[in-house]
Amino acid sequence: MSHSLVTMSYIVATILFIFSLSGLSNQETARRGNYYGMLGMAIAIIATALSASVTSYSILIVALLIGGAIGARAALKVEMTQMPELVAIMHSLVGMAAVLVGYANFMDTSSTLTGVEKTIHEVEIYVGILIGAVTFSGSVIAFCKLSERISGKPMLLPGRHWLNLGLLIAAVTLGYVFLQQTETGGGLLPLWIMTAIALLFGIHMVMAIGGADMPVVVSMLNSYSGWAAAATGFMLSNDLLIVTGALVGSSGAILSYIMCRAMNRNFISVIAGGFGTSGGEAAVVEGEVTPINAEETAQLLLDAKSIMIIPGYGMAVAQAQHTVNEITKLLRDKGKKVGFGIHPVAGRMPGHMNVLLAEAKVPYDIVYEMDEINEDWDHVDVSIVIGANDIVNPSALDDPNSPIAGMPVLECWKGESTVVLKRSMASGYAGVGNPLFVLENTRMLFGDANATMQAVLKALKG
Amino acid sequence: MKIGIPKEIHPGEKRVATTPEAAEQIIKLGFSVLVESGAGLNANISDEAYKEVGVEIIDNAKTLWDKADIVMKVRAPEQHPELALDEIDLLPEGGRLISFIWPAQNEQLMQKLAAKNATVLAMDSVPRMSRAQKLDALSSMANIAGYRAVIEAAQHFGRFFTGQITAAGKIPPAKVLVIGAGVAGLAAIGTAKGMGAIVRAFDTRPEVKEQIESMDAEFLMLDFEEEGSGTGGYAKTMSKEFIEAEMALFARQAMEVDIIITTALIPGKPAPKLITEGMVKSMKPGSIIVDLAAEQGGNCALTEKDKVVVKHDVTIIGYSNLPSRLANQSSQLYATNLRHLLTELCPEKNGTINVNMDDEVIRGTTVIREGKITWPPPPPKLSAAPAPQTEAPAYASVQEQQKKSVIPDSIKQFIPLVLGGLALFGIGSVAPESFMTHFTVFVLACFIGYQVIWNVTASLHTPLMSVTNAISGIIIIGALVQVSTPDSVISILAGLAILIASINIAGGFLVTRRMLEMFRK
Repeated sequence: MSHSLVTMSYIVATILFIFSLSGLSNQETARRGNYYGMLGMAIAIIATALSASVTSYSILIVALLIGGAIGARAALKVEMTQMPELVAIMHSLVGMAAVLVGYANFMDTSSTLTGVEKTIHEVEIYVGILIGAVTFSGSVIAFCKLSERISGKPMLLPGRHWLNLGLLIAAVTLGYVFLQQTETGGGLLPLWIMTAIALLFGIHMVMAIGGADMPVVVSMLNSYSGWAAAATGFMLSNDLLIVTGALVGSSGAILSYIMCRAMNRNFISVIAGGFGTSGGEAAVVEGEVTPINAEETAQLLLDAKSIMIIPGYGMAVAQAQHTVNEITKLLRDKGKKVGFGIHPVAGRMPGHMNVLLAEAKVPYDIVYEMDEINEDWDHVDVSIVIGANDIVNPSALDDPNSPIAGMPVLECWKGESTVVLKRSMASGYAGVGNPLFVLENTRMLFGDANATMQAVLKALKG
Repeated sequence: MKIGIPKEIHPGEKRVATTPEAAEQIIKLGFSVLVESGAGLNANISDEAYKEVGVEIIDNAKTLWDKADIVMKVRAPEQHPELALDEIDLLPEGGRLISFIWPAQNEQLMQKLAAKNATVLAMDSVPRMSRAQKLDALSSMANIAGYRAVIEAAQHFGRFFTGQITAAGKIPPAKVLVIGAGVAGLAAIGTAKGMGAIVRAFDTRPEVKEQIESMDAEFLMLDFEEEGSGTGGYAKTMSKEFIEAEMALFARQAMEVDIIITTALIPGKPAPKLITEGMVKSMKPGSIIVDLAAEQGGNCALTEKDKVVVKHDVTIIGYSNLPSRLANQSSQLYATNLRHLLTELCPEKNGTINVNMDDEVIRGTTVIREGKITWPPPPPKLSAAPAPQTEAPAYASVQEQQKKSVIPDSIKQFIPLVLGGLALFGIGSVAPESFMTHFTVFVLACFIGYQVIWNVTASLHTPLMSVTNAISGIIIIGALVQVSTPDSVISILAGLAILIASINIAGGFLVTRRMLEMFRK
């Protein structure tokens, strides 16, 4: 295949990728968008494989088949509740690939660049490997945190900001040393050290970020994986990689921004880590909770006309989404208005709750975003909070000293009554007490979310 | 400890201080409960119903008062008609009593109780705080009184409440004026509204305007600036000018409305006279006035306590025992209030009470502690009035000022632009042509990404992440172009990269497809 033809294929692939992302703007076109993406990828790979630069196919085909099989198997077996983990581990793979391609490119001695062009090329290699390594180790830690292989609590080393700064300075200095190497293929040592530093930096950065900030971390790593691809594109002078990397990078950056805004947090302070460690003394919640049992909850639901369900990470943990869907169906059959209110940071990654509800076959047109329903709580008779805490915390609005002050929350307490499903009286990830639980019109339903929802379902049927 | 519930002896009092439901909960707190035989009969609760939940039925009042460690009643103690004894004399030395007391009006009673070294908790003295709402018997009784007031009015009113257009002609809706929008007033508004009447309401406290309007009633405005909120969410006495303006408003309304329900009370004072004889005369024949302040002398000049009188063709209802006229309901609520009070008194659920004077709720409710009169309590710290609002904005503005001091905002917003511009200029001054073409592509692609991603709906953010994940597997291209180099190390590295990236591609696209298949209407 001629060079121009390959370039033309790349342009087609680029356009298909853009279509793919814009297709996700609503549910109707999303599936088509995904197929555009697959098509674009297929065109890009085939065109490259047939281009002049590829001559041996044995490794290529074997690697492609093995990788594809592993990926397909993972995609078909993963539980929807484990999506955040899967996404995190896949980010790490992109980072890893970027590092490998960077090293391969560095060792490739056939390059004929000189002068400024050579310097720029080496900077590109250096930066590409740096971003790739940070993405890799950061994503691995994120994966471990999400799958609870390590604690989700932020690990705050003393002087961690200085440590980060030190690592950054070391990376820049090594970069200078690396560029001073004149002979081709030299400078491997500074490259190795830098890679180690970048890996360390990625680990340290994600270790310091707590569980409630995980959606930001996941989308930020998504962004990094894009930038890593873009850096590789510069290194290889390949526009397709640059465009695709830039698309993915900005996508992740926007998601991070949306998540930060949903928590009223500054992006920098999320990345710098440590949740709820600053600010004044938050008001201590005092008062008494009013417990309720499953039968009473069922009665409450039967008496209500309009019901709003607010799911949180607890629903995912308890795998209660199917039971919730059955209750929803039953109540809708009885002519009640049932809706779902989703907070942007509910769960452990952007849109996590939507996917879980979709898996349980909840129709997506009764699933609402926070901004769509926050005005309407007056018309809600009963809201059920399932395994959520910080996203329904009134102190975010009225206690300026609360660590989550200013974060927009689902104002369910404005409805007639609220039933909160909770395992125990422990506080949420942010470690903040929740005055909602002691409000006059709040009832607490203690126990495992799935078990209690099952009991409610039984009571509704009986 | 044993809790005794005697039969109420006040004439016409049908309520009882506990119900089987409440008793069951109280027993769970570790207490045992004794009820005088027949105590619940007037509230439709039989002795058997009590027995079923483990309550001991005591035949006569004297034994009950003797046996009980704590006596819970509705009405304050008074002369017992059958035993020819005062209930205070029945109370053992150092006994404990929980009931309505009205310490301000009943000084003599307080002295007598104190002389007995008694500990007395008055249900009318529960402080008005959010935490204490569940034991606020005044509110729960007022709620019932408000409801019943409308029902009484409906009984004496010769027309429908709701408007109708029928074959036999058009029926105009009844117009109801509610004066005083406290708990009782709001309950009356809700009930009258529910029956279809046009409801107007007036209150001296401007903060209740919203509450009235939330009940879909009309708030009558007075062209007069005066803050009517006293402490603890109650009203206070208003100035002479205000009262004149108010009276003029009532005079106008009296000619127009069919039913007036008055609930105006000022704590510790006789009820303000709001409806004069002249106003009653000006009302349409067949109109109704329900005076919920009859106990404190009445808001209407012609009210006679505990009687229904017809004057100038207007029926004036002066019942002071409206909650008792809904005995079962009010017993239930009152019993629940008492149960909550016991829960506060017995935090360890061990069946003994601890009158903890450090607890603001218990402190306020306790009027006599072991013979020492502790009423009135220190003023409550919280008010229902929106006064604390001033604090929050002040806090915010201080913070803003601190931030502002470093760099003015107008300059601050240009800093990133300037830095970005300088960086681009720096790159442009050294970078060769070939780099600049790629860089152009990169920057434009960032902007396309920015535009496209903002359109993605929030519910598809997870599929978005997985599809971008798959797309970032495009890094495979970088590996593909290197896999055919003769250097075996490079081709192994590249092969590994291909393997990893293809996991991403296949996994990302397939999992996205799986997820998107699930989204359905």
